[in-house]
Amino acid sequence: MLAFIGRRILVAIPTIVLISIFVFSLQQLLPGDPILAMAGEERDPETIAFLREKYGFNDPLPVQYVKWVTGVVQGDLGISLRSNQPVSELLLQKLPVTIQLAIMAMIFAIAIGVPMGIVSAVKKGTVLDYAANLIALSGLSIPNFWLGIMLILLVSVKWGLLPASGYVPPGEDLWLSIKTMLMPAFVLGTALAATLMRHTRSAMLGVLKSDYVRTARAKGLKERRVILKHAFRNALVPIVTLMALLFGELIAGAVLTEQIFTIPGFGKLVVDAVFNRDYAVVQGIVLCTAVGFIIMNLVADAAYFALNPRLRKQ
Amino acid sequence: MPRSLIEVDNLSFGFRGQATDLVEGVSLALNRNETLCIVGESGCGKSVTALSLMGLLPPDATRISSGTITFEGEAIPADDFRRLSTLRGDRMAMIFQEPMTSLNPAYKIGDQITEAVRAHRGGSKAEARDRALQALEQVGIPAAKQRLGEYPHQLSGGMRQRVMIAMALVNDPSVLIADEPTTALDVTVQAQILDLIASLQDRSGMGTIMITHDLGVVAQVATRVAVMYAGRIVEIGTAQEIFDDPQHPYTIGLMSSVPKLTGPRQRLSTVPGLVPTPDRMPEGCRFATRCPFAQSVCATVPPLAPVAGDHRVACHFAPLETRLEAV
Repeated sequence: MLAFIGRRILVAIPTIVLISIFVFSLQQLLPGDPILAMAGEERDPETIAFLREKYGFNDPLPVQYVKWVTGVVQGDLGISLRSNQPVSELLLQKLPVTIQLAIMAMIFAIAIGVPMGIVSAVKKGTVLDYAANLIALSGLSIPNFWLGIMLILLVSVKWGLLPASGYVPPGEDLWLSIKTMLMPAFVLGTALAATLMRHTRSAMLGVLKSDYVRTARAKGLKERRVILKHAFRNALVPIVTLMALLFGELIAGAVLTEQIFTIPGFGKLVVDAVFNRDYAVVQGIVLCTAVGFIIMNLVADAAYFALNPRLRKQ
Repeated sequence: MPRSLIEVDNLSFGFRGQATDLVEGVSLALNRNETLCIVGESGCGKSVTALSLMGLLPPDATRISSGTITFEGEAIPADDFRRLSTLRGDRMAMIFQEPMTSLNPAYKIGDQITEAVRAHRGGSKAEARDRALQALEQVGIPAAKQRLGEYPHQLSGGMRQRVMIAMALVNDPSVLIADEPTTALDVTVQAQILDLIASLQDRSGMGTIMITHDLGVVAQVATRVAVMYAGRIVEIGTAQEIFDDPQHPYTIGLMSSVPKLTGPRQRLSTVPGLVPTPDRMPEGCRFATRCPFAQSVCATVPPLAPVAGDHRVACHFAPLETRLEAV
């Protein structure tokens, strides 16, 4: 197990190096000059020259890259050109917010998608199956922003049940924090639930046809046990892998939802940084997202490994 | 105690959306300490017949037209899946063709066997585990205790089939249904498995229904043989009767398609034509389209009539002499 994970981490290293080169070159490739943006309206040549020197823009590119990477490895992602705050500090502030949102969205997605997938596979071709598919299709095709706005209108404005927007750290007031996140998490979770449902359904359909499910029935086990223990346990392998990857996507993809519910998370940071050409922040975000994806991939591999006894003892 | 362990009377069923029954009017009986072989080519309905006895056909896709299964004196309608499901794994057990895929890859051998015990016998985990261990030892698995903690992929095909047998027999069923249990195995392992089933049968007195297309297997284990063709039993009798004195033209064709080691070399004979598909079943005798002796009377269904004792044949021209005269 440890050797397997170790190997995976080694494989991940070149990926991270490549990503870092890509992230670094972003800054060179993107149109617009951050120094000009910082210098403001007047564009005083002396100020510009001073700023270029200060932020190291005059060094040759490889030197800039090495400087940057050295910093990154030490946790120094540079300084936001806009707010003058260290980028790592910004990330550490925003990331937990989005992670909380992603976890809650994932819980919604699993709680809705997996049981629906199981039921529609077991009841294939019945009204239940069609209904589940219809719900999944609507989940995929209803745009997040529309669902978000509708929820705010109904649940917050009309019924006054949940706060419409904002963020409360869980350390401050756990219950209020969860309540505030409930709607955005639901909005994010529905689309994922649909994906999970479709995958659970097809995985279950495959497994239900297998010989060992027939064996389980031949043993005289209750149908419930046959489905949940014998079939689902094996269908779980691809589903868990998918969940890990979807989770990575959630962290990166909550931009729109965070905007609608004005949540000060990662997504909002991305949007602001891009609009302000705050390259250091954009770099930090892209790097952080990429590393997040790699970590989730590792988690997916580890889960695959843990769920699959055939791999474990080799 | 009733004479037969299991008695099937006029079992007919098909799949929903198909007008013709896939299996029609099957009647057979299995006695204690007896091996009944059901033979026939693929698609003749032998495996689905076995599944229907276990109540294992998918209920929402199956249309049971008629049939009663009398199990140890208790008459159960063939469509009473609920009652049949309480018998299976307990009084009636089944093993399958593919030992490689018939065990759940995610669970340890021991857990899969104890689960079968606890589903029917209840009791503590430790008791069930003891029972599982005994069952593994009974089927001749070396280092049984250690095997309990292993996963299916750690065992060979022959060992897995032994595990399947242990699992099937762990609750001492009175009937074992074996659906081509040796088809997927090496010849040497095949003989071991057949011997194992025979010796377990001797010990417990259970009855075995063996589904196979391999006449070599039949010759080795059968007490009685039922020959199926296109969903009907065309001939049933003792193994000796079927091998020495086959009466139905299909049985004769089947017997002469087996290569012989003695006598002059000659081309193997085959039965010409193909099994009719369910949507194209002939009206009367289903073998008529391939039968060299077919006459106009074959457009009516021949009854499964006795030719001698319990030897019964579904042919208008049985016994054989009648047919030879007719030609």
